[in-house]
Amino acid sequence: MEALADFVNLYFLPGVAVGCIYALGAVGISLIFAILRFAHFAHGDVMTFGAYVAYSLVASLGWSVYLALPIAIIAAAFLGVAVDRLAYKPFRKSPGIIVVIASFGVMLVVRSLIQLIWGVDVLNYETGIRKPIELFGGFRIAQKHIIIILVSVIIAAGLHWFLSRSRMGKAMRAMSDDADLARISGIDTERVVRWTWLIGGGLAAAAGVFAGINSKLHPSVGWDLLLPLFAAAILGGIGKPYGAIVGGLAIGIAQEVATYPWIADMPLVPPAYKNAVAFFVMVCMLIWRPTGLFRGRVL
Amino acid sequence: MALLEAKGMVGGYGGMDILNGVDLAVDAHEVVVIIGANGAGKSTAMKALFGLVALRAGQVSLGGKDITNAAPNDLVALGMGFVPQERNVFRTMTVRENLEMGAFLKPAAQTRVMEQVFGLFPVLKEKADQPAGELSGGQRQMVAVGRALMTEPKLLMLDEPTAGLSPLMMEQIFERIVAINKEGIGILLVEQNARQALAVAHRGYVLATGRNRFTGTAEALLGNPEIGQSFLGG
Repeated sequence: MEALADFVNLYFLPGVAVGCIYALGAVGISLIFAILRFAHFAHGDVMTFGAYVAYSLVASLGWSVYLALPIAIIAAAFLGVAVDRLAYKPFRKSPGIIVVIASFGVMLVVRSLIQLIWGVDVLNYETGIRKPIELFGGFRIAQKHIIIILVSVIIAAGLHWFLSRSRMGKAMRAMSDDADLARISGIDTERVVRWTWLIGGGLAAAAGVFAGINSKLHPSVGWDLLLPLFAAAILGGIGKPYGAIVGGLAIGIAQEVATYPWIADMPLVPPAYKNAVAFFVMVCMLIWRPTGLFRGRVL
Repeated sequence: MALLEAKGMVGGYGGMDILNGVDLAVDAHEVVVIIGANGAGKSTAMKALFGLVALRAGQVSLGGKDITNAAPNDLVALGMGFVPQERNVFRTMTVRENLEMGAFLKPAAQTRVMEQVFGLFPVLKEKADQPAGELSGGQRQMVAVGRALMTEPKLLMLDEPTAGLSPLMMEQIFERIVAINKEGIGILLVEQNARQALAVAHRGYVLATGRNRFTGTAEALLGNPEIGQSFLGG
């Protein structure tokens, strides 16, 4: 029983929290691919930008990071729209690889700006250690994990409502299904694109802030997560937002659980090599099932 | 003046001209059909009218307004509806959602027009919550036509709406097209099944190698022995 509690407290629940962070980031990558058909490599840096906006509010106004979260979401949403206007829109009719390279450029520019504005030091939203909350029978959960998981569930529910009920969300699905037919139907596809960036950027900021809460804040916090984010998006089926949520959770949990001492007393995968789990999953999927679990597109 | 008028359309894909000077006109009360051999430029002419193929020369006007090379979503707003031959439904979305997407520009009229579409194609009401990709070819065609009707167009253009359908389904689709025309919507059809199409049309254009070959009333075209031999299968 104690072993089970340890497994859940130290590996599984932290895995779920990490999975939520991946899910929030991967949904944006998947949506952007669904609408614009390119892999957005600057997504990690949009996350980092959101995380630093929240930090500014925490550091200068003394806000709680959770209060700063909505502002960070709005700021990163508009960063997404602005970056699209400046760097991606001119290439709308060019081959996909050109936009991918443009997103590499954006990645470097955004990260450099972050370093210029906020510096290169490692920062924390709050100092000190909070005691985890005792549940029943030896189960415990960290306060930050409860909030990360709860807010992620609320965001996922909101996204589901948006995509299945709202007019713009349905137009987004229509454009992902067939962009030419969407245009023929009279759908203003540039407006759909703007909404995609608002949502992708906003979710990225939430992921970035949560990543900062979960460990520390530094200028490559988002970049470091790019590999598991793409692994999650590919596992779920690229272009499928619901698949990205499942893929994010699966990768997050797998990464943490892989460090459990399954055999003998040593961690099965040393914690420093956690990302290798995501890489392994991604390579396997690309070789044997490139459309992912939810039959997405091939990257 | 005709509702839609095209003069001297020249254009094609990537530098290769498929249209070498095509004239077309459709009136509000008319069903007009474009026929011709494979590669004659029928579908290309229709796509050029709808801004999907760039014109190098010529002019297209709708209700007297110049719409040459206008963007498709602007043309929808001006009252043109287009049903492409292939990939004409959102396969992953339900029938109802497909129709809603047709009403994207006119959300206020959505409920009312959708009832009209369900009246025209009762089977769509039964299948309203099924993904359009799961329907039969004929039913998918109905969804596609219904989607185009959702903006209440003045002119409906259909690219080979009966391609690959059974004779019974073909008959049903033609019958519905006539019913739509009776509501005062001008119809422009591209058809492989020329004889059946001319039977429901008022006028027809015969294209060959990207040019107008014959133009006339449906009766005149059906009665012309030269056309009968070359374009109507004897």
